[in-house]
Amino acid sequence: MYALIETIHAAGLLTCFALLSTSRIGACIRWLSFQGILFGMVPLIIPDDGLTTRTLLMAGGSLVLKGIAFPWILLKLRARANYNREVQPFVSFVMSILCGILILSLSVWLTLQMKPALIHAPFVLLNSSIFLIFVGLFLMISRRNALMQVIGYLVLENGIFVFGVITVVGTPLLVELGVLLDAFVGVFVMGIAIYHITREFGSMDVDRLTELRG
Amino acid sequence: MPASGSLALPVCALILAPMLLGIVNRTKAVIAGRRGPPLLQPYWDIAKSLRRGAVYGEVTTWLFRLGPVVGLATLAAALLVTPFGGVRAPVSFSGDPIVLVGLLALGRFATVLAALDTGSSFEGMGASREVHFAALAEPALLLALATLARVTGSFALTPVYQAITIGAWADALPTFALVAMTLLVITLVENTRIPVDDPATHLELTMIHEVMVLDHSGPDLGLIQYAAALKVWIVGALLVGLVTPIRSGSVWLDGAAMLVGMVLLAGVIGMIESAMARYRLAQVPQFIVAAATLSAVAFIIRLI
Amino acid sequence: MFEFTAALLLLALGGTLAILLHPRAGLCQLAGQIGAVLGSASGLAAALRVLITGDAVSLTGAWHMPGGSLHIEIDVLSAFFLLPVFGLSIVTGLYGRSYLGNGGGFASTASWFHLNMLTAAMALVIAAHDGLLFLLAWEIMALSPFFLVIFDDRKTAVRHAAWTYLAAAHLGTAFLLVLFVLLGSIAGTSDFAAYGAALKNHQALRSSVFLLALIGFGVKAGIVPAHVWLPEAHPVAPSHASALMSGAMIKVGIYGLVRILTLLGTPEPWWGWLLIAVGASSGVLGVLFALAQHDLKRLLAYHSVENIGIILLGIGIGVLGLARGMPLLAVIGFASGFLHVLNHSIFKGLLFLGSGAVHRAAHSLELEELGGLLKRMPWTGTFFLIGAAAIVGLPPLNGFVSEFLLLYAGFLAVLQPAAAVAVAGLIVIVILGLIGGLAAACFAKAFGIVFLGSPRSEEASEAREVARPMRASMAVLALLCIAIGLGAPLAVASLAGVVAGMTGATVGTVSAELAIVTWPLAVAVTVFAFLIAIAALAWALRARRLAVASVRRGPVWGCGYLFPSPKMQYTASSFAQPLTTQFHLLIRNRETLVPPQGYFPADSSYVSDSGDPALRLLFVPTFRWFDRVVTRLNVIQHGHIHVYILYVAATLIALLIWESL
Repeated sequence: MYALIETIHAAGLLTCFALLSTSRIGACIRWLSFQGILFGMVPLIIPDDGLTTRTLLMAGGSLVLKGIAFPWILLKLRARANYNREVQPFVSFVMSILCGILILSLSVWLTLQMKPALIHAPFVLLNSSIFLIFVGLFLMISRRNALMQVIGYLVLENGIFVFGVITVVGTPLLVELGVLLDAFVGVFVMGIAIYHITREFGSMDVDRLTELRG
Repeated sequence: MPASGSLALPVCALILAPMLLGIVNRTKAVIAGRRGPPLLQPYWDIAKSLRRGAVYGEVTTWLFRLGPVVGLATLAAALLVTPFGGVRAPVSFSGDPIVLVGLLALGRFATVLAALDTGSSFEGMGASREVHFAALAEPALLLALATLARVTGSFALTPVYQAITIGAWADALPTFALVAMTLLVITLVENTRIPVDDPATHLELTMIHEVMVLDHSGPDLGLIQYAAALKVWIVGALLVGLVTPIRSGSVWLDGAAMLVGMVLLAGVIGMIESAMARYRLAQVPQFIVAAATLSAVAFIIRLI
Repeated sequence: MFEFTAALLLLALGGTLAILLHPRAGLCQLAGQIGAVLGSASGLAAALRVLITGDAVSLTGAWHMPGGSLHIEIDVLSAFFLLPVFGLSIVTGLYGRSYLGNGGGFASTASWFHLNMLTAAMALVIAAHDGLLFLLAWEIMALSPFFLVIFDDRKTAVRHAAWTYLAAAHLGTAFLLVLFVLLGSIAGTSDFAAYGAALKNHQALRSSVFLLALIGFGVKAGIVPAHVWLPEAHPVAPSHASALMSGAMIKVGIYGLVRILTLLGTPEPWWGWLLIAVGASSGVLGVLFALAQHDLKRLLAYHSVENIGIILLGIGIGVLGLARGMPLLAVIGFASGFLHVLNHSIFKGLLFLGSGAVHRAAHSLELEELGGLLKRMPWTGTFFLIGAAAIVGLPPLNGFVSEFLLLYAGFLAVLQPAAAVAVAGLIVIVILGLIGGLAAACFAKAFGIVFLGSPRSEEASEAREVARPMRASMAVLALLCIAIGLGAPLAVASLAGVVAGMTGATVGTVSAELAIVTWPLAVAVTVFAFLIAIAALAWALRARRLAVASVRRGPVWGCGYLFPSPKMQYTASSFAQPLTTQFHLLIRNRETLVPPQGYFPADSSYVSDSGDPALRLLFVPTFRWFDRVVTRLNVIQHGHIHVYILYVAATLIALLIWESL
């Protein structure tokens, strides 16, 4: 079981680095979908929980929403704004990767600090969750395209999800569902906003929102 | 740490290495629907070059002639420390990865200076690109070797590769897989294959390694062609040794498995060359850094 | 000890005589040179004796000033750092007279005085075992280079460089002053031994002392971002002075740091981390800045920053090893740092002397105006090539040996179970790999553009080989590069004494630990011998083949273009452009491109400015702000002398009242 967890961890880290170094929005969305499926499996495999209806529901909901539904919505949005398929980073891809390594080191350090307080959580998954949260933030900070902001937000959400699953033994199902619903609404609102931004400005460059200042 | 293997290994490498290039070319030809040159063609090419006379550029000095000689000698020396999977290298000592990297760097420095010696702008261009990519590939190689060292608990190449067994793979699957990916990229970069460089192109503006050796002729060119084959062998052995974890204890069995692995590697290189296009020059550093990242991730996973 | 005092006296005598004999240029030069060479030889003998016997020698003289004492002591650590100082001074002394020639007027004469003073002051700094004496010698050492830098004082750029140097030197001295006042206040006296004892009782102060020493000595050593004076000062000083400054003087900064570390006892782990971080950033940024340069000596100056980074990486690993109780790691880390100190002084001295020869022969150090010098100056070219290969860390030369040790320490750290140590090891390995690759790129550029291809200017095409003494001094250093490279096991084994001084273990223990690396080095040297044999064999076979085949000369491939001109060669800027673009975020070089446009393009141009971002983004704004603030104080500076006297009187009275309260 531990080998499986370690593989999920490694593959999860790779999806983040792929997101950091990919220039096409479409490819990013596919990586995000893969990441969603990967971490959606976490409730099924962490040892103490076992297979209950609750974990199945959590995993299933997460897989459907993050593996299929959100990517599908994002792909639709991208198709609508089909003239702009590049990520448009503020920080170059090579620098993004190097920042990724820095974030990874930081997350390992943070995990080492937090581990004593959270004895139940598997170390590597704790590390993935912290790493995901920071990579999500980094993506939102360093990318210009509004779709990438949504993708960053979803990566962040993946991190929170994993953190929740592994740290809180017996999370109330309602809370989990609430988080998922939150993300769902978030994506919807952002989708609508992006649609309007694209129509108004003819691009998804969030940097141009500064033009709204009076 | 005594001398642990026999000199038979480097001798085999010296004899068999050009065959790898033949396999690469044959694979490409078959995929393209041609019959392709015979597998032994690289040997004939080298022999032909060695027999010929030479033409030297008007401004070149002794350094131009020394370049190919040093390039070949560094690789021949590197064969002494490179294990062949389970087959021990003739010489093994802690820190031999450093010597290996140093030797590769020396060979490259000599080649680059020989290229600059011609004063031709094309060769300057190739030299500039070569040092650029090498500056990134060198830390990537060290990073991969350091990760293997941490997993196997040794930093002499022969014991490291002795310790890469099927059991070790089962134990450290993600780490080994990531390092193998890094080593594959390094194999492509060091040997200037697609998607980094195209050894078959004849457009000077896009070449890297080939444009550096554009003005070498005769025996010098023969040495360069032979050195290129040896380099595929050495860097390839690092990769194949990792992904062929057969350590039976019998030199013949391990060696045979490795040979099969090397042939497959040549086939894979041929397939990559047939299937992929060359990256834009600006994308190559990204490719190398991404590859190095894989090893960094592997190392960090292994910290815990 | 007699040899050491004799050395100081001879240096001072030679320098003074050079000035006194002023109008007779030939005699001046001779006096300066003899003083430098004989004095340094005598000092070298003193240092070698201490290193061989392992016994410290000391001298306490009469001292007629309040505070301080004339306590000079050459222990193994001092003796080791005296090697580059005196060794390099002999070589630069030999070189200097032919380099300066008989022209140059008083500036040329005076430069001997300042050069010898610099050597003597460096020696005194290293030998001083008293805080006050140390600071006095330090100040002389800080001032003499100012006069060497301002050698060609009619040029504005030179005066600017000299002022930059002076400001940086005193910025560092200010921190050292605080450091020694702090140490003096807890110890009660200014003797080094007392400092060490006092620090044992003041554990809380140790980190402040370490930080002050790192900054104060770091400015002298040229760590980023306090490196800005190096690329200003080195290019304008006479080349043999640059060699001495870069090869020996910045090492005195390292000496100071190391000396303070020995006084501090067992270090804290975060000191090691800080040293590794500072070393890594100096190393990488130094070589990146160097890549962007197109003045040969500026380029070499930035490489000094890089090499100081490598030295600090070694010392950092050593400190980390000590702090975490890993003696083997500490020994190998310190050994790599110390060996690199020695190695860098050899190859950097060689490269600066080589650049001086280029300047004499081709009257320019601008890379874009040089080219094809290997044909015209075969000796200088070969020596420069050896220096370049050594600084890049290529086997089988000396640079490889110290980098081997550092990488060995890195691999050793990687194998440790403790995550923090393993990460430190990995950082060292990756950073050193990156530095090595970038340095190779940089020296392929420097050597390739200057010595290979065809000349890019009239002067370069008329260059002639330099005089024999200059060649001889370069030959000595080049041979040392090869000797340390091929005698690596011996060189490393002989570091046992000085490393033992750092780790606090006995020489015997350290020797045993160093034996763990000398054996692999011995095997590596055998591999290199094999390499040389193969190369010789291949060369012989190739020559035999070509003896019977046809060998012609012809034009190189120009893509079908038949009339290439030297202007069409790849230039230094174009060679480095991919890398400088890649790392633009770090080096912040500015480029202006006016591309050719239209079917009949008019003038187009490309300008690249490699001005130092630390200067542009950090120091200039800071000093400008400081200037603005201080200018306000100008109201009390109005020129009425009687009011000034009033100030003095008021201060005096205020102090008297303060004292009597």
